[in-house]
Amino acid sequence: MLGSPLNNTPGAPVRPRNHMRLLFDSRSENESFARVAVSAFMSQLSPTIDELNDVKTAVSEAVTNAIVHGYRDSFGEVEIESSLTQDGYVVIEVSDAGCGIADVEQAMTPFFTSQPDMERAGMGFAVMKTFMDDLLVESRLGEGTRVTMRKRISHAAGAE
Amino acid sequence: MLKHARQGNTITVKLDGELDQDSASRVRQELDDLISDARIKHLVLDMQGLTFMDSSGIGVVIGRYRTLATRGGGVAVRGESPHVQRIMKLSGLYSILEDAR
Repeated sequence: MLGSPLNNTPGAPVRPRNHMRLLFDSRSENESFARVAVSAFMSQLSPTIDELNDVKTAVSEAVTNAIVHGYRDSFGEVEIESSLTQDGYVVIEVSDAGCGIADVEQAMTPFFTSQPDMERAGMGFAVMKTFMDDLLVESRLGEGTRVTMRKRISHAAGAE
Repeated sequence: MLKHARQGNTITVKLDGELDQDSASRVRQELDDLISDARIKHLVLDMQGLTFMDSSGIGVVIGRYRTLATRGGGVAVRGESPHVQRIMKLSGLYSILEDAR
């Protein structure tokens, strides 16, 4: 997997108010597990139902990408690392050690899909971009992909 | 099996629970079975019971639309939550959907 965790995120404080890491097999059944786990973790920030749905959807897209694209011909582990920051952001990293993306810019173009036969709409990154405040995609061929996304929770309890 | 009702050349199917990449293959297969009769031209997807949908749902709708469009019909959607609406708007899906209301 690509190295260096959340500390590189621009604007993220050095010490988050809370942090968690999940590691699970690249099985489709784990998509719902992943979004429910992140949603339960971030509930500490008192998000609205809409904010929860936005994050759940973005996590679902990122994890699906890891399983369906990253590990298309293989099997591996997906890692989710998440921080809740002092200033009320939820930061989520989804990483895989799969095949990587040759052209990240092309992959992020709405309706671009590498697997049209699977009826993938090619909207995964567009959904992540729309539902989160920031999105960063890093990928290296043969090494893996890391998606970092961030969203401010409007009424985060205790946010400065 | 998905709950459904047929009226003439229209079939209405209730989707419930969560529609993601994991459940999409099963839903796709069941919908294809339900519209396999070539006399069916219109599919109405009742999304009232859908508690979650990501972009996998877009592929499911577009795939069935392709089949039915060749028969001169199409797909309509009803009962979708504001959240599902946002995902469908993002993909421009409403421009190909029939009116279910």
